[in-house]
Amino acid sequence: MLRRALAPVALFLVAACGLQSPGAPARTALTVFAAASLQPAFDKIGKILETSQNVDMTFSYAGTQTLVAQLTQGAPADVFASADTAHMASLQSAGLVQESQIFAHNRLQIAAAKGNPKGIRSLADLARPGLVAVLADPSVPAGKYAQQALAKAQVTVHPASLEQQVTGVLSKVALGEADAGIVYVSDIVTSGKVDGVAIPDDQNVIADYPIAILKPAQNASGAKAFVDLVLAADGQAILKAAGFGGV
Amino acid sequence: MSRAKIPAAIGILAAVGLLLFLVPLAGLIVRAPWNQALGELTDPTTTTALGLSVFCSLTATAIALILGIPLAMILARTRGTLRNVLRALTTLPMVLPPVVGGVALLLAFGRRGLVGSLLYQAFGIQIPFTTAAAVMAETFVAMPFLVIAVEAGLRSLDHRYEEAARSLGAGYWRVFIRVTLPLLRPAIFSGAVLCWARALGEFGATITFAGNFPGRTQTVPIAVYLALETRPEAAITLSLILLVVSVAILAGMRERWLGAL
Amino acid sequence: MTLDAAVRVRRDGFTLDVTLTAAAGETVAVLGPNGAGKTTLLRALAGLDEMEGRVVLDGEVLEDTSEGVHVPAERRRAGLVFQDHVLFPHLSVVENVAFGLRAQKRPHAAAVAQRWLVEAGLGDRAGALPRALSGGQAQRVALIRALATEPKLLLLDEPLSALDVSVRAEVRRELTRQLDSFHGVRLLVTHDPLEAMALAHRLVVLEGGLVVQSGTPDEVTARPRSRFVADLAGVNLLRGRAHGDQVVLARDASVAAVGAGEGDVFAVIHPRAVALYRTRPDGTPRNVWHGEVESVDLHGDRVRVRVKGPVPLVAEVTRGATLELGLTAGATVWMAVKATEVSVYPA
Repeated sequence: MLRRALAPVALFLVAACGLQSPGAPARTALTVFAAASLQPAFDKIGKILETSQNVDMTFSYAGTQTLVAQLTQGAPADVFASADTAHMASLQSAGLVQESQIFAHNRLQIAAAKGNPKGIRSLADLARPGLVAVLADPSVPAGKYAQQALAKAQVTVHPASLEQQVTGVLSKVALGEADAGIVYVSDIVTSGKVDGVAIPDDQNVIADYPIAILKPAQNASGAKAFVDLVLAADGQAILKAAGFGGV
Repeated sequence: MSRAKIPAAIGILAAVGLLLFLVPLAGLIVRAPWNQALGELTDPTTTTALGLSVFCSLTATAIALILGIPLAMILARTRGTLRNVLRALTTLPMVLPPVVGGVALLLAFGRRGLVGSLLYQAFGIQIPFTTAAAVMAETFVAMPFLVIAVEAGLRSLDHRYEEAARSLGAGYWRVFIRVTLPLLRPAIFSGAVLCWARALGEFGATITFAGNFPGRTQTVPIAVYLALETRPEAAITLSLILLVVSVAILAGMRERWLGAL
Repeated sequence: MTLDAAVRVRRDGFTLDVTLTAAAGETVAVLGPNGAGKTTLLRALAGLDEMEGRVVLDGEVLEDTSEGVHVPAERRRAGLVFQDHVLFPHLSVVENVAFGLRAQKRPHAAAVAQRWLVEAGLGDRAGALPRALSGGQAQRVALIRALATEPKLLLLDEPLSALDVSVRAEVRRELTRQLDSFHGVRLLVTHDPLEAMALAHRLVVLEGGLVVQSGTPDEVTARPRSRFVADLAGVNLLRGRAHGDQVVLARDASVAAVGAGEGDVFAVIHPRAVALYRTRPDGTPRNVWHGEVESVDLHGDRVRVRVKGPVPLVAEVTRGATLELGLTAGATVWMAVKATEVSVYPA
């Protein structure tokens, strides 16, 4: 009785597989590891690729250092977008990527609660006693940049916490647990939940974001398509709208 | 001892289960950078994290004892729906993913939290990002272990000991201190050990609620997590230390102090 | 010093309603089958369980529901001895005995406790833990522990029933000795008639939460008023309405007795007075009944045959007789009892 039911079920499954679109190529999968600050922009870019190229996109966003650690341990991915060149270089020396290209720039900005109730005007204000400031850990690109900016401004901050990714800093400020934090301009643009306080150019740091196709890529053609899209006008427009500086 | 033969299938399954425990431990021991171990051990990051972890976990256990034993006593004396509700509440932190626990703590004790906002506005007290927050996070996840163990001990206690003590003229506190507590010692001890071990290993709630800062909130699990990305040797050494501590705890727990764990 | 108690406990469909008095110097045993409410009574008197009513000990009101008085157990000066000693397992023997003394803030508690133990011949076990003691020793220590606090009321819950039969006699002797030298009120609770008879000056028989009989052991067994006591005394007990020389039982059976009187009565027939036949006998006995053998039990040289029917009785016959008559379970028999062998008294 079971066997008799099996035949039509099997037939149905085969038909369903073929029913996608007659003669269309099968859907491919693409995995992109990207720095946390890239999430809003890359999600949008990914959607374009999904429809135009018939690709199933999977993004993994985290602090750059976390992603590099995972990749060196053998995590499978096709594309890697870093928040600084140093981490990309370490992957290059590990033989995991070939060449990389800078595809965007970012700058730092101070994040404060909506309405800026504590009246934060500059990096120096972050050292104010009683102010709860949160930074990214120096092992995170954003944290490293923040240390550089603070050094330039000759300000010593005692952070309440060192977060694992820049979005962690943002969320602490957005939640009201921290009064201020140093994040990227792009984070503030896309968040909408915090106010941004500009850091003057002479104290600020320009972050270079490189992107590369990973050497053991499963979907090399898809990876190339993604990287091309990021560098193309459409991708750059999205990045600019998210607060990044283009190339 | 019975000489009945155990079927091979059971033996194989048991062996697989044992391997599941042994292989990761073996990996840790074999891949440990023994020549660098001493250097890592004396590294200030390591010692700071260790000291903080020990302090926080012991404090959390102490709080769990002071609050958990009375809670267990109430639980043991209630019945029916009330007991089910109370029990569900006290065991909730055990089944809740630790990060969720951390979020909940933020929503309760953060600067905008239910209770935290009152504390902040009235007294300027801020709990997140402090060592106190780390202790609270650890207490939150670990106390249920103590409560459950002590409650079980109380329920299996013969009421007549307490009754005999009362008939001999002992008031409430004398009964509690001289009869109930000593008889509960195995349950309290095993509950406290489980609680301490859980507190020592707590990560998700701590990093969410207390954040990460060396010397203040960076406990060993958090330090290991961070170090894995930047200095794997330090991470492995720290992991080994925690492993040795855990083994020491287990070995030191003699059965006669524990009853059956 | 006396104990006056009117105790009512209602729980789970069970009601206990007992009034009793006990004076210092006499041991009162509350005897009854399991489930009669004996332990409930004891615990209520000790103050461990809730009760309604009034309890007065040596002039002090321990419990009075109408006045809202309830003295908690720890202030009652009522010592409690459990069935299985319930010695504190984590304390040594001498510390167990000293426990109550310390609770009373008596000086030199350990020394006093040691003296008690030495007097009872247990001095060498003073440092041992309860689990190292034999059953009998533990029970004796439990008794001493209660006595050491010099309570006004001593409550014993089946003090011998947890002990091996071989040890019981020895502990019973010790118990008697200790009780006799105890100056307070003594109340003992048991389901074992032998224990009651051996230790008590007065018996109170409890069944289904009510006192059905009380008096000296001899009085009680001479005129049983319940199946329990009848079994205790080893006699058959029937209950019915008397008219002259007849006692009418349930199920329309009747018993011929001499001078039965009128009204509700108990009729007692000793098993030895019951004769058994395979066929209906012809003779002088006025009481002849039909029945079926339920069980046959050997008691030494005698056999007790339990017969069910309109008049259920236990007959005591010789072994030879059972073999000769082929008396086995299920066999039909006829019973005969002389009217003069039936003793009747008002219910």
